[in-house]
Amino acid sequence: MKRTIVALMQDHPGVLHRVVSLFRRRAYNIDSLTVGTTETPGVSRMTIVVDGGDIEQVTKQLYRLIEVLKVSDVTNDPVVEREIALIKVHAPKAARAELVAMCTVFHAKTVDVGPNTMIVEVTGEPAQVDRFLDVIRPFGIKEMMRTGRISMIRGSQAHQAALEAPEDAPALALAG
Amino acid sequence: MSEERTGAQIICEALLREGVDVVFGIPGGAIMPFYHALPEYPELRHILCRHEQGAGHAAEGYARASGRAGVCVATSGPGATNLVTPIADAWMDSTPIVAITGQVSSLALGKDAFQETDITGITVPITKHNYLVNDLSDLPQVFKEAFHIATTGRPGPVLIDVTKDAQQARVVPDWDVKVNLPGYRPTYTGNRRQIREAIQLLQNAEKPLIMAGNGVIWSGGHQELRALAERTGIPVITTLHGKGVFPEDHPLSIGMPGMHGWVHVNRAIQECDVLLNVGGRFDDRVTGKTSTFAPNAQVIHIDIDPSEIGKNIKTKVPIVGDAQIVLQTMVEEMPERTAGDWLAHIRSMQEKHQPRQRYLRRPDTAALMPHDVYDGLNMALQSRGACKVVTDVGQHQMWAAQLIDWMSPRTHITSGGAGTMGFSVPAALGAAVACPNETIWVICGDGGFQMTNQELATIKQEGLHNIKVAIINNGYLGMVRQWQELFENRRYSGTPLTGPDFALLAKAYGLPGIVVETVEQVDEAIKRAWDYDDSVVIDFRVEREANVFPIVPQGQSIADMLTEAPEPVSAS
Ligand SMILES: Cc1ncc(C[n+]2csc(CCOP(=O)(O)OP(=O)(O)O)c2C)c(N)n1
Ligand SMILES: [Mg+2]
Repeated sequence: MKRTIVALMQDHPGVLHRVVSLFRRRAYNIDSLTVGTTETPGVSRMTIVVDGGDIEQVTKQLYRLIEVLKVSDVTNDPVVEREIALIKVHAPKAARAELVAMCTVFHAKTVDVGPNTMIVEVTGEPAQVDRFLDVIRPFGIKEMMRTGRISMIRGSQAHQAALEAPEDAPALALAG
Repeated sequence: MSEERTGAQIICEALLREGVDVVFGIPGGAIMPFYHALPEYPELRHILCRHEQGAGHAAEGYARASGRAGVCVATSGPGATNLVTPIADAWMDSTPIVAITGQVSSLALGKDAFQETDITGITVPITKHNYLVNDLSDLPQVFKEAFHIATTGRPGPVLIDVTKDAQQARVVPDWDVKVNLPGYRPTYTGNRRQIREAIQLLQNAEKPLIMAGNGVIWSGGHQELRALAERTGIPVITTLHGKGVFPEDHPLSIGMPGMHGWVHVNRAIQECDVLLNVGGRFDDRVTGKTSTFAPNAQVIHIDIDPSEIGKNIKTKVPIVGDAQIVLQTMVEEMPERTAGDWLAHIRSMQEKHQPRQRYLRRPDTAALMPHDVYDGLNMALQSRGACKVVTDVGQHQMWAAQLIDWMSPRTHITSGGAGTMGFSVPAALGAAVACPNETIWVICGDGGFQMTNQELATIKQEGLHNIKVAIINNGYLGMVRQWQELFENRRYSGTPLTGPDFALLAKAYGLPGIVVETVEQVDEAIKRAWDYDDSVVIDFRVEREANVFPIVPQGQSIADMLTEAPEPVSAS
């Protein structure tokens, strides 16, 4: 089963390697991984989608990494999930009108037009991106890149870690 | 105060600020600036080892004997990779060491320069943390953090890789640094609610057990452990790394669990209704097949590392905290109770199973049995005091755990989690430096001894007189041979082993060597070695095919122990 983990960590060289190493060690395959900056300078946020395994144990082991501030398995939480795909699609003049119509339905944007191709950008839930790809595949996809998902829990609950972590973070996570 | 220093000088001063008095190492190109600075700091003793693996194990031995961080130093490339084994060993056994390696100049990083190895990359999975420093103004901060990380929470190895140009350049060091690790806040006091729940469980238990491991030693919680046991009458098991944390002559001490534990201990585990594991990690050598381990027990697990709890064994009450602090709280809040019939029941099982294991003597041989050597050693160790024992890996290690009575913390030093052959001689070197007024006994096999015995030259050069090496020489990689005998129909593939004349070898190193071939010579040899004002090697030539019993075959339940070979062993 696919699990989605959100982790906050100090933005240091090598920290990505340390995190990935924990999954590699167990031979877990990472489906997607995104890293970026957050509301706090010096803190990076990762969304990791991984297939199966003992995620609770890995989560605890992630806490052992000195630079990791906070880890949550949000698989079963109500989250907003987004992914972006850029698709370079075969688009001779004759096909363009239909293609643009499809894009409108999926709120996809045409971001580049060449003599025989277009680059289309679609943003949405990963499943929606899947559906869009299914629809435009018949036109002929020449190149495609997805960002992997980013996730955020809905409502006011915030997944934050200032560079001051709560005193008993891992213990509380465990006791609760 | 505000004078310029080279990076190398800053490293030396940082070490002194952390209270380091000795470093074990070997120089080379990328670490030469550090070695250039070293003579300016005579308070920092350098011990030149013969192999970086030895330097790393020496740092471990120093740490395990003293409770302080051990420090080892190596050059880049092969020097650094030779440290990988002891770093992995320290990682598995939670030993605080700080490894300092030289690295090629920052401009050459990543270009396959001479002796460049990505040692921070290599050691990511086997260090608690590591640093690559190429800006010398980071050095004060990095060293402060490194020692903090190595020695607090669950201890472990930290590696600091310093580029050569960072060692050579000059800066005015800023020592006004504070540890700032927002992602690293070990939990020391246990959760109150969980502790109360644990007390409740223990209070209502009919067959409770305490299992104490390495964490109790590192937290310094042996007195609290004893107080809790005595207050409640709960029998105490000590794991291999817990040996010494609870005196084995105590009426509540029942022995070691697991693969080579005593039968009555494993049976007690299988019968117990509440198992309090404090500072142990339920290693597979302890649990055997986990699905059959302690089937009737509700498990309470105290550990400072939350990732250990529930990892191998389902846990009813997790308590994240420092063993000493949590045990102290339990002692204060736990009502008194008595052992009742449970202890008597365990003792009766012990009566039934123990003597045969303890004095296994082959009737058909006059050969010196390993057990004779251990009896002699145990007698001497108990009567002399002020000593430590460092064991290697193999049969001799398990006999030492079984047959010596371990009385106080930090007297038993061994490679447990990694099982690193060759650990003992260099680790003893480190222990001997840490504890110059104690006698450090090494018990090792003829196989492991031949992996790192070159450190005898270090011992000689440093004038260390307090190391006494007992080789249990059986002419085999004995532990592997035993498995081949018991489980592979005596197919001795790759296990028969010759060696040099170890006493002569000792002599070549400038140390006295003694050969022991009969039971009668044992006590005298131990006495002579002990009284000799130098480090000594004793070659105990023992029966070649003696076995360690009991044994739980790997992957099987600890309920199913073999207490003797399935077929009688012929004396050929
Ligand atoms: C570095 C290393 N290589 C191999 C092993 C596998 N191994 C475990 S015990 C053992 C035999 C040890 O032989 P010896 O040192 O003579 O001790 P004995 O068992 O005979 O007492 C071996 C080869 C190991 N633990 N460590
Ligand atoms: Mg041997």
